[in-house]
Amino acid sequence: MLSKRIIPCLDVRAGKLTKGVKFQGNVDIGDPVAAAREYYEQGADEIVFYDITASSDKRDIMIDVVRRVAETIFIPFSVGGGIRTLDDMRKVIAAGAEKVSVNSAAVENPQIIAQGAKAFGSQCVVLGMDVKKVDVSRQIPSGYEIVIEGGRKYTGIDALWWAKEGQCLGAGEICLNSIDADGMQDGYEVHLTSLISESVQIPVIASGGAGKPEHLADVLTTGKADAALIASMVHYRTYTISQIKDYLNRRNIQTRMLW
Amino acid sequence: MIAIIDYNAGNITSVARALAALGRDFIITDDTKLLDSATHVIFPGVGAAGEAMDYLRKKELDAWLKSCYHTGKPIMGICLGTQIILNASEENDTQCIGLVSGLTKRFPEQWDAEGARLKIPHMGWNGISLRREHPVFAGLNTASEYYFVHSYYPAPSDKSAVLATTDYGITFCSAIAMKNLVAVQFHPEKSGRPGLQILKNFCDWRGNE
Repeated sequence: MLSKRIIPCLDVRAGKLTKGVKFQGNVDIGDPVAAAREYYEQGADEIVFYDITASSDKRDIMIDVVRRVAETIFIPFSVGGGIRTLDDMRKVIAAGAEKVSVNSAAVENPQIIAQGAKAFGSQCVVLGMDVKKVDVSRQIPSGYEIVIEGGRKYTGIDALWWAKEGQCLGAGEICLNSIDADGMQDGYEVHLTSLISESVQIPVIASGGAGKPEHLADVLTTGKADAALIASMVHYRTYTISQIKDYLNRRNIQTRMLW
Repeated sequence: MIAIIDYNAGNITSVARALAALGRDFIITDDTKLLDSATHVIFPGVGAAGEAMDYLRKKELDAWLKSCYHTGKPIMGICLGTQIILNASEENDTQCIGLVSGLTKRFPEQWDAEGARLKIPHMGWNGISLRREHPVFAGLNTASEYYFVHSYYPAPSDKSAVLATTDYGITFCSAIAMKNLVAVQFHPEKSGRPGLQILKNFCDWRGNE
């Protein structure tokens, strides 16, 4: 049977690996290419790169990072952050990424999902969703709202509706990030994850809040996630990926154990 | 010299990078003269069957692949490259190359043990069960997993062509072997060390079982 995937997420700012809390206060913590290689050696099932470079003139640095990573790791990896056009997608794919994650751009122009799926196949297009918990209302019946621009702008879009819409438009996967949980290392938003995962037929990657292996076990079972994104717990070397996988295996959660 | 058939399929550069990491000489081409001069041919692919077949027909690569098979040269299909060597695909009802008799089918809706619907595409790492030994699969741990991403799977009509199967709700054919042809549904170029081992074995293979 299919294994659950453990996916380190590397936030990259102007070519450097970085980490923040609730999308703020980022500090640089190393070289993304070396980190990707190390996680590959540790048994990561996939790698996610997220470009949080603020200035557009430094964005091409990311293409170079993607190219160097593609030469040294032989597992899938996806790239997101600042992808706005079909041409942006083409550039990162040509540099070696398997998947492209669209987030704010998809909210502003949903057709980018359909165009990307047509040009590169659905398996290539990941819908990245940044979500905040809000009061249940007529506009936001699920109580989870989509926010964009790094968590700064509320959109008035219901997260559950948007997940289904993204699937219809041709997204092959959803990366679901809880901004409330991001960087807190206090556990994933399990309720949100199960709500979305049970409502779509495409795989859902849970993101935001991982601090202990138990958190992954929760989101991969109760949360019904197909994959779990991790950042702080491996970037700060609290755990290795193989330690996390050993734990999950002991809990009878199947992950890839040989690499 | 290994030749990767260039037909606008998505994963060509990934396959090329894996061969480079293995230190193998390769070319990426749609020129049948250059393909003729290669010792081994890799037929990769990511994308839709219909568009792939249109391109292959335009370049007469469908006919070339069939004649190449009869020369005994080792050929490896990957993912879409595996699906379109069968007679036809359910993806947009596409007529395919017909090197292997059978159909490429879409995953049926299936439920897991807890009653949840299985996700489509089948995306991620899964194991394979080899039906027999094969030089391209030599030296691999039987518990190794490989990276899959697909909504359709090959179903050869001749069961002796099935080299390996994988379980995802149903048991489907995840590798085909016929004489000098091996074709895999998973992506060896993205399956870590076991995947690289398969590519290495293929590059060293003479095309006989």
